[in-house]
Amino acid sequence: MELNYLTAHQLHDMLVSKEVSAEEIIRAVFDRVEQVEDKIRAYITLNKEQAVARARLVDKARAGGEYLPPLAGIPVAVKDNICTNGIRTTCASKILYNYIPPYDATVMERLNACRAVLVGKTNMDEFAMGSSCENSAFFSTCNPWDTGRVPGGSSGGSAAAVAAGETVLALGSDTGGSIRQPASFCGVVGMKPTYGAVSRYGLVAYASSLDQIGPLARDVTDCALLLNVICGHDPLDSTSAPYNVPDYTSFLNGDIKGMKIGVPREYMGQGIDAAVKDIIYKAIDVYTGLGAVVEETTLPHTEYALPAYYLIAPAEASSNLARYDGVRYGYRAKDAADIVDMFMQTRSEGFGPEVKRRIMLGTYALSAGYYDAYYNKALKVRTLIKADFDRAFEQFDLLLAPTAPVTAFRRGEKLDDPLQMYMVDICTLAVNLAGIPAISIPAGMAHNLPVGLQLMGRPFGEGDILRAAYAFEQNTDHHRKLPQ
Amino acid sequence: MAQYEAVIGLEVHIELKTDTKIFCHSSTEFGAVANRHVCPVCLGLPGVLPVVNKKAVEYAIKAGLALNCRIASFSKFDRKNYYYPDLPKNYQISQYDLPIAEHGHLKININGTDKRIGITRVHMEEDAGKLVHQGTPSTTPYSLVDYNRTGVPLIEIVSEPDMRSADEAVAYLEKLKAIIQYTGVSDCKMQEGSLRCDANISVRPVGQAELGTRAELKNMNSFKALHKAVTYEIERQIKLVQSGERVIQETRTWDDSKGVTLSMRSKEEAHDYRYFPDPDLAPLVIDQRWVDEIKAGLPELPDERRARFVSEYKLPEYDAMVLTATRELADYYEQCVQLFNNPKLVSNWVMGDLARMMNASGREIGDVLISPAQLAEMLQLMDKGTISGKIAKTVFEEMFNTGKDPGKVVEEKGLVQISDAALIDKVVDEVIAANPKSVEDYRAGKEKVIGFLVGQVMKATTGKANPGMVNKLLKEKLS
Repeated sequence: MELNYLTAHQLHDMLVSKEVSAEEIIRAVFDRVEQVEDKIRAYITLNKEQAVARARLVDKARAGGEYLPPLAGIPVAVKDNICTNGIRTTCASKILYNYIPPYDATVMERLNACRAVLVGKTNMDEFAMGSSCENSAFFSTCNPWDTGRVPGGSSGGSAAAVAAGETVLALGSDTGGSIRQPASFCGVVGMKPTYGAVSRYGLVAYASSLDQIGPLARDVTDCALLLNVICGHDPLDSTSAPYNVPDYTSFLNGDIKGMKIGVPREYMGQGIDAAVKDIIYKAIDVYTGLGAVVEETTLPHTEYALPAYYLIAPAEASSNLARYDGVRYGYRAKDAADIVDMFMQTRSEGFGPEVKRRIMLGTYALSAGYYDAYYNKALKVRTLIKADFDRAFEQFDLLLAPTAPVTAFRRGEKLDDPLQMYMVDICTLAVNLAGIPAISIPAGMAHNLPVGLQLMGRPFGEGDILRAAYAFEQNTDHHRKLPQ
Repeated sequence: MAQYEAVIGLEVHIELKTDTKIFCHSSTEFGAVANRHVCPVCLGLPGVLPVVNKKAVEYAIKAGLALNCRIASFSKFDRKNYYYPDLPKNYQISQYDLPIAEHGHLKININGTDKRIGITRVHMEEDAGKLVHQGTPSTTPYSLVDYNRTGVPLIEIVSEPDMRSADEAVAYLEKLKAIIQYTGVSDCKMQEGSLRCDANISVRPVGQAELGTRAELKNMNSFKALHKAVTYEIERQIKLVQSGERVIQETRTWDDSKGVTLSMRSKEEAHDYRYFPDPDLAPLVIDQRWVDEIKAGLPELPDERRARFVSEYKLPEYDAMVLTATRELADYYEQCVQLFNNPKLVSNWVMGDLARMMNASGREIGDVLISPAQLAEMLQLMDKGTISGKIAKTVFEEMFNTGKDPGKVVEEKGLVQISDAALIDKVVDEVIAANPKSVEDYRAGKEKVIGFLVGQVMKATTGKANPGMVNKLLKEKLS
């Protein structure tokens, strides 16, 4: 098998045993990019020269007998809303088409410190708003399993790059399912860590109280290795939790006997594709077979997650995106009559329709006279949703559900119907509102497309999730399937 | 015709004197080259996050305590959304419904009577940058922005509408400034913008409980401007009401050169700031033990110090009030008294010649060249009789202008007092001989004439003769 299709842990072993060099790995990745990128279109910006130079430094270090951390020399693609010092960071928006950050996001610093190699910046829905990677101001990314279909969003570029062998690992961001849903559509592993587990410093904010950076990978072990690097307290992020990060690979031992898994009935009801449901039932059988205790449970406020999300996220977004005004950086409208006109024209021309829709929604929800009826009410719903999970986790170690109600849909299919598009994240949104961690792992195929299994855990219960995900992976081979 | 009274409340913004900004590590130094003290965080670049400066919180608590406020155990930061090019994020991080301190008060003294002015709240926020307009719109069709001030910590102190005149408003602001300066959390320099004041003003017939429609006054950059602006605005509103028109709720700006207030924007154009809790900042949970510690570290405040000056130095109430108006002046006075233990004489010099020369030169106590030790030394020279009180005034003026030691001034200018009896005796004889008419008048009972004769002796000795000796000798010789 080509190097670019191996996992990070396999490549690490080969690097240490000198079977392969870091330069060979990165070249294999860029060869693959050359081969398929015009069909997949996963990347906004490629970082080839610098990546090769970095790989050579890793080889040099190895030659000098230095210790190689697990991700040294491993190619990583990064979603284009994560700031990279000196490398264009656009958020797939016209308004930031020429923006080059003067600093690295904390996750980038951590990747650099362990000598991972940045392949490039991946395509996304503009400012992470969308569920199909079609809201990019530049181009749409295609699903490697069927290029007529979407890769999911908003981290579609990162998920597609992993699935297509255009990188080994990737980072995405998840505000309402933006890592898990594309992972599900593209047949890869994607995880949203607990809110506060990974620093948001340098992640261009969409909705601050929901956003979380997380890994996309080919298997659970790689996911754990990437988590090991990016998790941990950051003094630059006030919402980052001070906690001791365990070695997440220590949970990968296959032992899940007696583990209690709940299946919320709200996630298995109407709107879930029958074939998807069927695969989830098969996954439940696998867990039962491994000695886990699986029972139905309930999260009664689930139906309110979508409306609450579409008040809270746009409200925060309307404020977070106010800074893009043409004054200091990015796109500026020409020939404006005065400063107010310049603000208005810049934002009218610079933002795409979905971003504008959410800014308007959020502005309305926060405006005087409507605040209590909308924003404040949504916060109360959020508290109820959180309480649902708290109750469930008194009884269960994990909750199990489909990641998405459907498999990857056709490109353009839902573009003209925002509400239809919003429904695609119905199984993932509540997790962000509650701040808990969740993973999506490949669980099988329906309609010749990958289906994701979602496992949700207690706050900072990433270890439990990884343990169960790994056990499933060890007893199935869905993660080994590759798109043709 | 009905009598009207004004109802005035002040909103005062004060920059806290922390070394670094409220949400990042950029310097707060004033007067640096434009955009020298900026970083990704205070520039609000994409992806950055604020982290609150603990020192700024401590200073806000300190100010709240000095103003007799209750300190909140739970407080939070909110976003105030509005567009302006000097505001990098187009929202200001401020505090809305849960300010750090509330329910305080301070005392002002109006014509010898104390009056209590309520403090509604003290809240924290970040400052904005500064627009620099160059040329005219036709010559330079753009403006520059300096973000050095962006993110400097501010507290906003909102008073109750307890003031009734421009005098009271000025007295409140002076007292507020003194208290804050005493705590050391700000230097409160109006000319550098580290203290900024807005006033809410309305008028109503005396005896009416209900408030009239108010106007908000901005852009008053000195105590004098505050006094003039408030006076003007009260008169404007009374005239309106008397002529049957109504006061419009609006924001007005003070034009100091024209001496008038002008409309800036009406209520209809007022912003909807869409306040909501800043999701990037965790709420502030304030430990009572920390508050107690800060309270224990509060310095003596103006009222306490004034009372102590009266009891410890036996100063008149008026002297004590003037001397404790600023911490620097009170410190200056006390250092001088430590070295020259005649509190009233020191007070006379500080409130008299020193204050007069400071006023004339526009210097503040911090810029005065005479150190307390030098003033004490000069007073000692006077006390020993080396120089007369009159010469002292000359010496003082030279010291004020040059910062030289008094001994050196006396030596350089040859100002040592003449106490040589023989020499004075000779001059007295000469003066008596030269003024027979005056001598005759004196002997005829016009005792006031002695002053003229003393003056002649002083003139002949260029002011250096010991006046006591001259007096004594003259009287002896003429009796």
